[in-house]
Amino acid sequence: MEQKVFHHALKIQKDRCMGCSHCMNICPTGAIRVRNGNAELFENRCIDCGECFRVCPANAIIIEQDDFNKIFQYKHRIALLPAVLIGQFPEDIKTSQIYNVLIGLGFTDVYEAEHGVDILKDSMKEYVDRNKGIKPLISSFCPAVVRLIQVKFPALVDNIISLHPPLDIAALYYKQKLISEGLDESDIAIFYITPCASKIAAIKSPVGEDKSHIDGVINMDFIYNKVYTSVKRSDYIPGQKFKAERLSPEGTVWSLTNGEADMMEGRCLAIDGVHNVMDFLEKIENEEIKDVDFLELRACDESCAGGVLTAQNRFLTVERLRKRAAYIKENYSDYKKKDILNHSEYLNQKITLGKIKPRSMMKLDENMAEAMKKMRRVKEILKCLPDVDCGACGAPNCQALAEDIVQERAVINHCIFIQRIFEKKGIIDWEESHQIMQDIWGDEKLNRKC
Amino acid sequence: MHFEYNIEGGDFSKAGFASSQLKKVLKQLITDHKVVKRTVVALYEAEVNVVAHAYLGVVIIDIDTDKIKIQINDKGPGIEDISRAMEEGFSTASEKVREMGFGAGMGLSNIKNNSDDFKITSEVGVGTKLEIIAYLKTI
Repeated sequence: MEQKVFHHALKIQKDRCMGCSHCMNICPTGAIRVRNGNAELFENRCIDCGECFRVCPANAIIIEQDDFNKIFQYKHRIALLPAVLIGQFPEDIKTSQIYNVLIGLGFTDVYEAEHGVDILKDSMKEYVDRNKGIKPLISSFCPAVVRLIQVKFPALVDNIISLHPPLDIAALYYKQKLISEGLDESDIAIFYITPCASKIAAIKSPVGEDKSHIDGVINMDFIYNKVYTSVKRSDYIPGQKFKAERLSPEGTVWSLTNGEADMMEGRCLAIDGVHNVMDFLEKIENEEIKDVDFLELRACDESCAGGVLTAQNRFLTVERLRKRAAYIKENYSDYKKKDILNHSEYLNQKITLGKIKPRSMMKLDENMAEAMKKMRRVKEILKCLPDVDCGACGAPNCQALAEDIVQERAVINHCIFIQRIFEKKGIIDWEESHQIMQDIWGDEKLNRKC
Repeated sequence: MHFEYNIEGGDFSKAGFASSQLKKVLKQLITDHKVVKRTVVALYEAEVNVVAHAYLGVVIIDIDTDKIKIQINDKGPGIEDISRAMEEGFSTASEKVREMGFGAGMGLSNIKNNSDDFKITSEVGVGTKLEIIAYLKTI
């Protein structure tokens, strides 16, 4: 059975939402409607890409994180951070400084998620070799893309590489390392500092496994503010409090666009931005594009550097990380001998993801005869609707309204054009029309003094 | 359910319109996404064939609860030797068409491989008629 309810990190706060419909119009899966003056989410369609969060002018969409104090429930508290966190800051704020602020906040250890890349990259190459019959193979890196494929491109779920992304591998390694040092597993907790909502959803409601190895999530903007505050107030005490291993150059740029595609063999392509990804997947599904071996797909423009919870300009983040990778490559080689590589056997045993199941949300009905009936009705309704896609009905376009009507989530006179037609014919009066609009957009908008 | 789409010969930029429309429809109707993909791939190949070789064509789609029937009728040069045209790798496509990434000679066999029933008739100098059927498992 397809799972029906999913954890979403994105939450709409009704008291702040002003029902402006910006989110409804941008949502790539058509998961948002406006009712009673508020945005409402169809949970099964949401892929946690966070596009709605970006456009909300009222800050009514929040990304739910764990309470920071949760970290103190554990003796050993590991901050697992993505490389793009370092890329949030100008170069005069050193990596060690950022680490020290994290330790100052209460973490006992700091580890970069992309250390997992050193295990993953070889496994990925092997995986591609073993599965040459499937073209293209699609990276499992971006959780929003994995969910997008499940929901909108179910025929392509088997193309997703069923290997854990780097952050899972890094978490698994670090836990194992501490356990092998004699620590009690129940005392250890790993907190991921996330640049986006989809990673939270992936941790709270993982695809292809029962439970994540990550115990909590802290939003990156929270840490960003803490680091800046500490630096600006100069309460930062120099000297390295925590000795962390050096990230490899590949790991440093892995989460940027082309980070994976540049490492893989054969014909590899990298595509970023959720709408670009959808356009491309359409063509892949039709087999209009063939002979691509590997696809790196990221929901955000400039990949994780453009994550919805990042604070820095994405291009500056990319610049810093590329410089950091080049610098490491030129000056160091210690990353080739880091400890995670000693655990590759153990990690490789756990690297495979379970089956990723399709959960298509596009069907009009489970029963085909019923679905055909509904589709005929949609076609009939569309003949009456104006094809303006104005969104005044509280649905993103005429097609969506027609589908909502057959699914009994809306009625035809939600359309303002139909209201005028019905008024002219005497089917409804202006008061009824006014009430309909009030039910969709809320009392306040329909009773302003003008 | 009945749908019809026109195809204009030589207009490669629009090739794939009918198959994209069909895909949208099938995704709303059918649970088995493998059938959806196969059928869409078959139609896309057929569309490209019409664009590449014919002057104009029409796609007629009939969807029922037990099968999807697609007819693609074109006005064009027709196919002289159908059994040769069915061979993988055989192509009469011009250099120009091949440069665009089409005309690898896999079209007809690919259509056949992606359909349950496949009929082709052709008259040289008149045109080609293709009929593809995908049967649906009735539960």
